[in-house]
Amino acid sequence: MHILYQIFVDPFVQMGAAPDLLVQTLWDGLVAGVLYALIALGFVLIFKASGVFNFAQGIMVVFAALTLVGLHEHGVPAFVALGLTIVVMFVLAVGVERLMLRPLVNQSDIILFMATFGLTYFLIGLGQLVFGGNPKVMITSDLYLPSGAIEFKKFGGFVSLQKIDIAAVIIASIMVAVLAVFFQRTRIGRALRAVADSHQAALSVGISLEQIWVIVWFAAGVVAIATGIMWGARSEVSFSLQIIALKALPVLILGGLTSIPGAIVGGLIIGIGEKLGEFYWGPLLGGGIESWLAYVIALGFLVFRPQGLFGEKIIERI
Amino acid sequence: MLYREAGQYKTTYAADMAVFPILQDRIGIAVILLVAFVVFPLTGNDFVLNAVMIPFLIFALAAMGLNLLTGYTGLLSLGTGGFMGVGAYACLKLTTYFPQVDIIIWIIASGFFSAAVGVLFGLPSLRIKGFYLAVATLAAQFFLEWCFIRIPWLYNYSTSGAIQVPLRTLYGIPVTGPTATALTRYLAVLSIVVAMTWVASNLVHGRVGRMWMAVRDMDLAAELIGIRLLRTKLLAFAVSSFYCGVAGAMMVFLWYGGAEADVFAIDQSFLVLFMVIIGGLGTLIGSFFGAGLIYILPIAIRAVPAAFGLPIRPAAAEQLSFVIVGALIIVFLIVEPSGLARLWQIGKQKLRVWPFPY
Repeated sequence: MHILYQIFVDPFVQMGAAPDLLVQTLWDGLVAGVLYALIALGFVLIFKASGVFNFAQGIMVVFAALTLVGLHEHGVPAFVALGLTIVVMFVLAVGVERLMLRPLVNQSDIILFMATFGLTYFLIGLGQLVFGGNPKVMITSDLYLPSGAIEFKKFGGFVSLQKIDIAAVIIASIMVAVLAVFFQRTRIGRALRAVADSHQAALSVGISLEQIWVIVWFAAGVVAIATGIMWGARSEVSFSLQIIALKALPVLILGGLTSIPGAIVGGLIIGIGEKLGEFYWGPLLGGGIESWLAYVIALGFLVFRPQGLFGEKIIERI
Repeated sequence: MLYREAGQYKTTYAADMAVFPILQDRIGIAVILLVAFVVFPLTGNDFVLNAVMIPFLIFALAAMGLNLLTGYTGLLSLGTGGFMGVGAYACLKLTTYFPQVDIIIWIIASGFFSAAVGVLFGLPSLRIKGFYLAVATLAAQFFLEWCFIRIPWLYNYSTSGAIQVPLRTLYGIPVTGPTATALTRYLAVLSIVVAMTWVASNLVHGRVGRMWMAVRDMDLAAELIGIRLLRTKLLAFAVSSFYCGVAGAMMVFLWYGGAEADVFAIDQSFLVLFMVIIGGLGTLIGSFFGAGLIYILPIAIRAVPAAFGLPIRPAAAEQLSFVIVGALIIVFLIVEPSGLARLWQIGKQKLRVWPFPY
């Protein structure tokens, strides 16, 4: 009886007793969720357009952030470094398309998945070789990103919001809005959606798959830069960020592999669920449940909707 | 000329269905076994046995386990590291409670615990497919890893949180623990791997293997011809986890001699998956090829600059090996997506018609 009480009653009593903590936890979850959603967004872009489950998205985030900070360390002004990082991501996109995707066209999914693994290893080695393996500090102030915190005296206590988190939420929202407009309104965006629907039909109306792939990998690269700046500003720029990127996977399957709104909703569910779970239910199990809770939440949703919340319904025919 | 089946008549169905239908294949296997069981122990030094042969065999077994699941049944799993860990921790608990029983028995028995956990996490596979399933198995990986760290009972409340392998003997000869020689451990690993390969080979050539492959090729169609999907998939999870669990137990007990939870981290799962893909999906021999290549490649790459006397920092060599391994994986997938086992098959076919290919 006692354990049931601890699971089903106690956490809610705590929530009611200290609403400021609840709000703080919800906010933390929201920010984490937005950042997960950003990584997941990169995955979705590539998966939709090329059917490649891009495991390297996480390392692309690290690589972009490292390039940015590394260039700045060598005396390049912050915004020039940002521009150069964008160029680097473009070169990476072209390189990936030419050297990896084009020769592997028409291979099965798992082979493409494995190839992005090879890319991950390659980028880890390259990043360490060029910029060193030590953690770096993100150049927050040089990019005119705010730091510090705002404190509210509400809900019978303090709620503190980091300014960088607020900036992250705003930038993420802008990014999603821009991507939505890009997909809905521009010619390239329409071509991207056409490719996502059917490769062959897109080819038959004269859309170049190669170009589209470069564009989506580049778009994913730009998303990676934004994600890298935000994650880097919250903690530090190091290769351990790559493990955090694995958290984007449950976000991805929860939302559905092919859906951009899914990535965002999934990110929020995972982020908030994870923080609430860790804070209120974690102590029961000895803490640290954040490492697997996201996956279990996603698993729970998947059992009822195997294609994720917003994914295309999987129709199988004999 | 030498490798040809001409003149080898088969007069029974059993002979026709044999795993090695060609005489030269049987001779080849006998030679390999002879080398492994007799020549290596006689000539190999401790370093070769400890740093190359033992890990190679253990990884081959783990890769075989994953191959049964991913290659034969088509269920992508990223939880291999976790399942290997279950085997290792189960073995530790078993030998702690029953120290008088032979350790080899417990190493095998620990596979059953791993199989049970595998079945549990395999349950969603009936509804979830493809990459969705792969991410779902990550839940197993991270949950199990968390258990290995957070439940002190599993590592016998040792203060460091690491497994300490106790001394255990088989007929008076130490097999595990600090005093066991590399040779006895090698022979123990080799015997287990050979026996389990034989079992796996019989499984995949028989009814069970056919069922798995039918499910892999199309599970709806398999269901229509009367294969019970849930049972078949769960059986694949069970057998696969059994193999991984035994591999994990051997890894800690017969190779490392002690381990922490991070040995069974997600990297291990990816490493084994690499071996399966590079070796060849759906082939047993590919598991051995893949394990050999992926395990030995980084060692070799790190050894190359030293061999030529190039002045290169160890850290840089490590990073360079990452770059090279990554690039090689991509190149390899482009050149031969079906894996090393396919190259082996092509080689054998070439050999059959040699020297007159027309």
